Amino acid sequence: MGMTITEKILASHCGRAEVSPGQNVWCGVDLLMTHDICGPGTIGIFLQEFGEDAKVFDPDKVVVIPDHYIFTADAKAHRNIQILRDFARKQGLKYFYDPDFISPDQKGMVSPCKDPAGTSYRGVCHSALPQNGHTRPGEILLGTDSHTCTHGAFGEFATGIGNTEAAFVLGTGKLWLKVPASIRFVFNGPMPRYLMAKDLILHVIGQIGVDGAAYMAMEFAGQAIKSLNVDERCTLCNMAIEAGGKNGIIEPDDVTLSYVRQRSTKKDFTVYKSDAKAQYAKVIEYDVGRIEPAVAKPHSPDNHATARELADVKIDRVYIGSCTGGKTTDFMAAAAILNGRTVVVETFIVPATTETDMDLDRVKVGGRALRKIFADAGCRIGPASCAACLGGPPDTFGRANEPIQVVSTTNRNFPGRMGHLDAGVWLASPLTAAASAVTGKIADPRKFIS
Amino acid sequence: MSEVIRGRVFVAGDNVDTDQIIPAQYLSYNPSDPDERKYFGMYAMSGMPPARSGLPEGGKRFVPKDGFKGPYAVIVGGRNFGCGSSREHAPLALSEAGCRAVVAESFARIFYRNSINGGYVAPVETPERLVGQFATDDEAELDLAAMTIKNLRTKRIFKLRAIGEAAKIIQAGGIFKYARQNRML
Repeated sequence: MGMTITEKILASHCGRAEVSPGQNVWCGVDLLMTHDICGPGTIGIFLQEFGEDAKVFDPDKVVVIPDHYIFTADAKAHRNIQILRDFARKQGLKYFYDPDFISPDQKGMVSPCKDPAGTSYRGVCHSALPQNGHTRPGEILLGTDSHTCTHGAFGEFATGIGNTEAAFVLGTGKLWLKVPASIRFVFNGPMPRYLMAKDLILHVIGQIGVDGAAYMAMEFAGQAIKSLNVDERCTLCNMAIEAGGKNGIIEPDDVTLSYVRQRSTKKDFTVYKSDAKAQYAKVIEYDVGRIEPAVAKPHSPDNHATARELADVKIDRVYIGSCTGGKTTDFMAAAAILNGRTVVVETFIVPATTETDMDLDRVKVGGRALRKIFADAGCRIGPASCAACLGGPPDTFGRANEPIQVVSTTNRNFPGRMGHLDAGVWLASPLTAAASAVTGKIADPRKFIS
Repeated sequence: MSEVIRGRVFVAGDNVDTDQIIPAQYLSYNPSDPDERKYFGMYAMSGMPPARSGLPEGGKRFVPKDGFKGPYAVIVGGRNFGCGSSREHAPLALSEAGCRAVVAESFARIFYRNSINGGYVAPVETPERLVGQFATDDEAELDLAAMTIKNLRTKRIFKLRAIGEAAKIIQAGGIFKYARQNRML
């Protein structure tokens, strides 16, 4: 019997030759990731269940990466960083990306490190894990964040878990996982210049709904997918959870391998590919030439429309950031439209990671650095973090504290997601977001791209 | 977890996501600190748009203002309950507020796992849509052995889906207790 890439990875981690959908299997975990929102609770459960002197299953396989509530005056948020810091030290964790500019007796608003290269802080976990070499084909990565499914972009099994499960993994290195059935999404044809991965995934979610892939693996394939860079593949897999998916996954190819080989903290890994005879719950094919720039209207990621249909919708703000819309190539796309133009609504630029923050100075579009393009266009640029993607404390950069309409490159738009309960969040690609920023209404980026 | 849960019902609709169950701004409370943990009860379901909070009329608070516990033992939901983030604070908040079970047509998988593994609330699936069969503040009797829920106002009884393998973890009170009972730890 043939197996999918997801089934092969799970089989290889539970000591079986074969697994099939619906089976519950105990799997060994290659990497456990936690951050400042779920880390303190996870650590509390770990200490309670395994004892104050317990050791984690492997200090080299745990990544602690604060990223959510960093640039805030919230004293509890500062305290939570210290909980992570103390735990990482006591456990001798190899990978703790410390926002070392937050002091143990921090008072008031945290100022960003002037030089992003001068801190061990890295920014949003899902963009920083690949950049810092923690994602590899064939592995199992579990994280206390629903968007952990991002890392399927590297041909691994990655999914989000809760604090209790994470505490269990911390102590044992294992967890029970139900083998998901897979849906294969095949994107045929060359990727048009006006489309981004965000358009593809919003199109899919609009079609199948926010529970359309519940409990399932979403496997992405086809010519258009193969042409996507690593950032774009991450955008696609990141939003598998918005269709209820357990994981998103793309078979490793040369794009994956050359990225991973340059960055990985480990040299050895296994590449799995789906068998030709693998069983799928469904195979859905698309001609990407027929997909249009997409928007998810408030208040659900499956509330799909095309940007073209929404040309009359007036907006108050544009937000370009997050693990699904604040990567270097996201900003390159936005800059292609913002270069030489001026935004007519307030526009927030939030790099996902400190590396991308540095890229704003290093990477040029049309001969000009990204940071210069955004500053000249009138954008406000903030430090790397999750920031307003999930609202956060009221003093968070870019948070929607009023009932405004925001075009956002983030991944979720349920009521209250970016702050105010009556704020409307319109999810879109960085191209559509940039086109909307200079128009003041939702705009189809095809107007700006020859 | 006792097998019969009797108490007041709070009715919510489809796609109640974890930001509605516990808004992100409260996530800096540490659930491992008993003094802070109770605040998750205070803010449970506070992100619900008022019109959808306590159907059919809406406008009902899950927890009275400034209180830590609410009057509701059972939530009746629609499809995809608990979608969105992986925050375990969501089922924990419901539990802190006094809720013991959620009966819904379907659950988002991380919320489902968190509810069971952490031993917070029993997530029970219903094959029939119950959102219109219960009104907020009805009394219900949820029988986890017979897998039925009875509306004590209308006297109607609805059959629920068997929980399957996960029932053992619910009965044990969470994944750690289950693992210890089975000598896995």
